[in-house]
Amino acid sequence: MSFIRDDGTWKVKTGHARMLKGGVIMDVINAEQATIAEEAGAVAVMALERVPADIRIQGGVARMSDPDMIKGIQEAVTIPVMAKCRIGHFVEAQVLQSLEIDFIDESEVLTPADEANHVNKWDYKVPFVCGATVLEEALRRIAEGAAMIRTKGEAGTGNVVEAVRHARSVLGQIRILQATPFEELMSIAKVMGAPYELVKCVHETGKLPVVNFAAGGIATPSDAALMMQLGLDGVFVGSGIFKSGNPALRAKAIVEAVSQFDKPDVIARVSSGLGEAMVGINISSIPENERMADRGW
Amino acid sequence: MKPITGVLALQGGVSEHINMLNAVGSATVEVRLPEHLAGINALVIPGGESTALIKLLIRWNLISPIKKLTGTGIPIWGTCAGSILLASEISERDHKVDQPSLELAPVRAERNSFGRQVASFQENLIIKGLDDPFPGVFIRAPLLHPLSDSVKVLCSVAEGAVFVRYGNVWLSSFHPELTDDNRVHRMFIEEAVIGS
Repeated sequence: MSFIRDDGTWKVKTGHARMLKGGVIMDVINAEQATIAEEAGAVAVMALERVPADIRIQGGVARMSDPDMIKGIQEAVTIPVMAKCRIGHFVEAQVLQSLEIDFIDESEVLTPADEANHVNKWDYKVPFVCGATVLEEALRRIAEGAAMIRTKGEAGTGNVVEAVRHARSVLGQIRILQATPFEELMSIAKVMGAPYELVKCVHETGKLPVVNFAAGGIATPSDAALMMQLGLDGVFVGSGIFKSGNPALRAKAIVEAVSQFDKPDVIARVSSGLGEAMVGINISSIPENERMADRGW
Repeated sequence: MKPITGVLALQGGVSEHINMLNAVGSATVEVRLPEHLAGINALVIPGGESTALIKLLIRWNLISPIKKLTGTGIPIWGTCAGSILLASEISERDHKVDQPSLELAPVRAERNSFGRQVASFQENLIIKGLDDPFPGVFIRAPLLHPLSDSVKVLCSVAEGAVFVRYGNVWLSSFHPELTDDNRVHRMFIEEAVIGS
C-alpha cells in the first residue's frame, strides 16, 4: 500500500527553517569560503557575489548571483545552500528554484526590482526568508508565503545596533499583542496593516508562526549571543566573517558561542585571540538613501 | 514516577521535541554539556544539520558520555540529522562520507537521499505498532540501511527504511515532532517508563 507524496508544502518549508534553529548561516562568495564555513559548523551558507560590505563600498546595482558560482558552491558543500533574489524579482526567484537552491532570501541587500510588491512566495516549492524591521512587516511577508523571518539590521556595517532595534521591536510588539484583549485585535490589524488571521495567531501563541533569525551587522561571538539571548532563533553572519582577520577561527567561534549563548565564560573563551574584527560603520554616517533596512515595507 | 527525557539542545528542532515529550507525560531537560545527562531516563537527538551537530558534540565533550549512557540501556532516539549521528556508517548517494558519528547502531545513513529541499515531502506512513497511518514529514531526509539482522525495520517508504530500532536505539529519518500526532513520542516514552 502506498500513499500520495506531497512536496513543497508549508510544513516542509517551515520545518526546514526550524531545523536551522540555534545555528549560524554564513555569507560566502565562492566554493573555498563555503568549505571554510561548513568546516566551522555553519548550518547553511548564503551564496552571493559580493558581501554587503563590498556592495556598500562599490555601489551599483546588486543582483542575483551568477548560476555558475551558485552551482560551484552547491558542489562544494553538503549543508543547505541559500541565495538572494532582489525584492519583487520573481524571475530571479524562478531561476534560483530551477537551480534547486535550498532557501531563497528575498533581500534588501540587493537593489530592489519592485518598490511596491514582493514576490508571491506561495508560488514556489523552495522556502523563502524575508527581512523585517517591525512586526507588521514580518506578518505581511508571512502572509505572502515567507517560511522564515530575519531582522534586517543594517547589512555590511559590522554594527549590531539596527539588528537589536528590529529584534526588540518585533519581540516587544508580540508581547504587547499577547496582552491585548481579543476584541481589540481587528482594529489593531487595521492600524498595523497586517492580516487579521496572523495578528490573531500571534495573540494566541505569543510568537510568530515561523522562525525568526537575527541578521545585519553581527560581527563577533558576543554579537551573536546577544541576539540569541534577546530571544531570536538563530543568526545570519554576512560580511562579519570573511571581512575579518581570521575567517576560519571567527566562524568557528561564532558557531560555538551560539550553541552556548547563555554562558559568558564560554563566550569569553571562544572570543580570545580571534584577530581583527571587520571594521565597523556608524549608522548615522550612512546617508539615508543608502540604508538597506529602508528597502521593502 | 514521571520519566525525564534529555533533549540534545546544541542546534536544531529542540523546542518541538520538548513540547511533544511534555504532552505525552515526560519531564524534559535541555542537554548542552555532559553534566546535563545526569539522571535522565531517555535521550532525544533532534533534527538539525548533522555536520554542525557532530562538531558541537565533539567540541563540548558529549560523545563518550552519550555512548556510556546508551550502554546502560536507556532509550535514545535520533530524528533526521539525529539518526545520522547514531548510525555506524554515513554515505551520500553511493559513496562513503568521512563524517564522525556516535556509531550506536549498525545502520548506514544515506544523507540527503531524496534530494535537495525542493524534494522534501509529506507522506502517510504505516508504522509497526501503530494502528493508523502516521503523517511523515521528510526534510532533506536520509534513508536508513540496516547493516545487521538485529536492526528491526519499523517503517519503510518506496526507496527504503525510514524508521528502525537496534535494541534501545531508535532512528527515524522523518520528523514526528513537526506534526500534531504524538503517537511515536508516546511509544518512545512508554519504553523509558519501563526502563526507569
